[in-house]
Amino acid sequence: MIPELGHYALMLALGLALIQGIMPIVGTRTNDPVLMSIAAPAALAQFVFVAIAFLALAECYVASDFSVLNVYENSNSAMPLIYRLTSIWGNHEGSMMLWVSILAFFGALVALFGNNLPATLKANALAVQAWIAVAFELFILITSNPFLRIADAPFEGRDLNPILQDPGLAFHPPMLYLGYVGFSIAFSFAIAALIEGRIDAAWARWVRPWVLGAWMCLTLGIAGGSYWAYYELGWGGFWFWDPVENASLMPWLAGTALLHSAVVMEKRGALKVWTILLAIIAFSLSLIGTFLVRSGVLTSVHAFAVDPTRGIFILAILVVFIGGALALYAWRAPLLKQGGLFAPISREGALVFNNLFLTSACATVFVGTLYPLALEALTGDKISVGPPFFNSTFGPLFIPLMLVMSFGPLLGWKRGDIVSAAQRLLAAAVLAAVAVAAAFAIEHGGPVLAPFGVGIAVFVMAGAVTDIAERTMILRLPMRASLMRAIGLPRSVWGTAFAHFGIGVTLLGIVAVTAWGSERIVAVKPGETIDVSHYRLTFDGVFNRPGPNYRDVVGHFTVRRASGDVIGAMEPSRRTFPARNMATTEAALMSRGFSQLYLSLGDPNPDGTVPVRLFFKPHVLMIWLGAIIMFFGGGLSLSDRRLRVGAPRPAKAKAKDKPVLQAAE
Amino acid sequence: MKYLQALMLLIALMAPTRLWAVEPDEMLSDPTLEARARALSKELRCMVCQNESIDDSGAPLAHDLRVLVRDRIKAGDSDAQVLDFLVARYGEFVLLKPRLSWHTVALWGLPPAVLLVGAVVILMDLRRRRSGQAGQEQVNLTAAEEARLAELLRDRSAT
Repeated sequence: MIPELGHYALMLALGLALIQGIMPIVGTRTNDPVLMSIAAPAALAQFVFVAIAFLALAECYVASDFSVLNVYENSNSAMPLIYRLTSIWGNHEGSMMLWVSILAFFGALVALFGNNLPATLKANALAVQAWIAVAFELFILITSNPFLRIADAPFEGRDLNPILQDPGLAFHPPMLYLGYVGFSIAFSFAIAALIEGRIDAAWARWVRPWVLGAWMCLTLGIAGGSYWAYYELGWGGFWFWDPVENASLMPWLAGTALLHSAVVMEKRGALKVWTILLAIIAFSLSLIGTFLVRSGVLTSVHAFAVDPTRGIFILAILVVFIGGALALYAWRAPLLKQGGLFAPISREGALVFNNLFLTSACATVFVGTLYPLALEALTGDKISVGPPFFNSTFGPLFIPLMLVMSFGPLLGWKRGDIVSAAQRLLAAAVLAAVAVAAAFAIEHGGPVLAPFGVGIAVFVMAGAVTDIAERTMILRLPMRASLMRAIGLPRSVWGTAFAHFGIGVTLLGIVAVTAWGSERIVAVKPGETIDVSHYRLTFDGVFNRPGPNYRDVVGHFTVRRASGDVIGAMEPSRRTFPARNMATTEAALMSRGFSQLYLSLGDPNPDGTVPVRLFFKPHVLMIWLGAIIMFFGGGLSLSDRRLRVGAPRPAKAKAKDKPVLQAAE
Repeated sequence: MKYLQALMLLIALMAPTRLWAVEPDEMLSDPTLEARARALSKELRCMVCQNESIDDSGAPLAHDLRVLVRDRIKAGDSDAQVLDFLVARYGEFVLLKPRLSWHTVALWGLPPAVLLVGAVVILMDLRRRRSGQAGQEQVNLTAAEEARLAELLRDRSAT
């Protein structure tokens, strides 16, 4: 009964989405406020029914209803509750349900909190949002129905893929989807603006919080996925330039560019046409990401051709939405007027520079990811494009971005003074030079360029601090006055500084671990020791440990400093899941400050030795810490925006907010 | 969901073997030669895996290739000779960084092309606007919108 309810609710949601997609547009064309006002309640109702469908599916998983094919294939009654819940989106059908649920959720948020939007913009944007929902709800109902039943219900499910039985699955896909789907709002607003044929700076003000929120989620989602791969896959890499990773990096790069160009549009009224295009691109790349991961085209062009229903359907969605949006853009964008003059050296100029390089970096990832597919489809030639390609193309595009990043916030709008900005960055530059010298002095081996990488990272971080120091006039004013200025700074200024600082932290982690990480691969007998960096590990032996739906073969290692005192134990394991007859490597991690010892175990050899891989990863945690700082910065900025967007009045008038807003409507 | 599919495939490919890459018994005793072998391994694709280098892969084929690379190095081949040998044997597909040739021109050319074209467009646009051709347009708002916009923008002069 529950799955049927869910199925039915999803169909009703589709019907509501159709209404939401048609009526408001008709309303804006015929200037009928009643039809336009259908958009918001329809969006809310659509969300309610999508939520019912999602909860029904969740209930099937929680209750382990193996008469539902999707549950049978991806769950098992022995799994802990948390993994039964996360396995909802650990498979194709369920993850599309999550996608649609988030889409409907965002639509509902616009409907609820969009009271200060112009009626036509709101109606059109919600209608566009509904068309995306229609496409994906049809996709689920036609090709990927998670509510299908099995006539003869089995007693036990087939278990979730072991590598997905990890807290990472609880966190990573939802965050990523919040990011992907969050860009749909910017997309819908962009299309709505194109339909209306006019746009102003206020558009950027309405859209920026959504873009910022999506960007934050995507940042954290990507970082979470990276950390998950790092500890779960067992060889300690944090980024593989895998097409699935690139699929999430492309929207992030485009979204970051959009975030910055929207600032220019909001503050100065310039870059309107470009911002609209970026909004379209960011969501298009999210759709392409979904397509790449979901259609099977990555496995090989041939696998895609063998079972093409889903792939063709998603491809059709891509063609309609991306093609349609770009065509509309080509037709209507010339109607949008440009505004806001600025000199090349100015805050705007710096942000244009940022956009140029981010877009080029995004194009690089795009071509590197899709070129092999296109080449094989067109000529049959097979080539590989892997990490060495991206490292030698993406890197050079990112370095100028890092170098200029600190200048941007120090330049004035319209016309900036580069000399004065450079003078103010002098301290940061000196600090960076000291860091380069220190890196050369302390570290041996490693690539020659690595200390310069450290220098760039330190420059970025110090530049972010300089911005705040300049604005608070710290050391020039009395402490108390500086503090007052710090409190008085807009939160978006703090947000920028934190986000930029976070980039520097991440970069520092990447440089350190890539250049100075060390690795030992050996086969050890009990009692033997392995040395890495300043640590000595003694292998004490292997024992068995049962888990709820798996069993572990655990190796026990005692960790000592070079001086000999014990600092702890590490217990990597080989984990076997009987339900699928599969094994995973569970690496053991020990954090020392920001650095980590990373130990993973191979299968024991017949002669009693056990192969182990031991890494010392210097400052590796900074990679993800930086992402968390960026997320925090985004949050600060968002709290600023929400305050102003939600209540466009001075703080004193807050009490009267509501009536005023309605009056303004 | 970006990793899921790759991971599933990974699992499917690795399940019958060991979930492991470079193994102790493969390694060369001379550390400089071994370091060269590791660096080369990172440039070479395990052809049965999804976008994995033979250095990362636990597939049997990757093992064979790692041993092969080390054999060539021991035989005195230079890095370029090892790569040439593998390309001759397995085709361009084995290289994770494709060589520049007629069918990879677009791949290598696009990133700098986007950067250059973008820069040129921006410069031309700036020049055109500064020469005053771009109008001092302002959006033609309705009176009600004008009032709302003023209200929205009033408190934002801080930055």
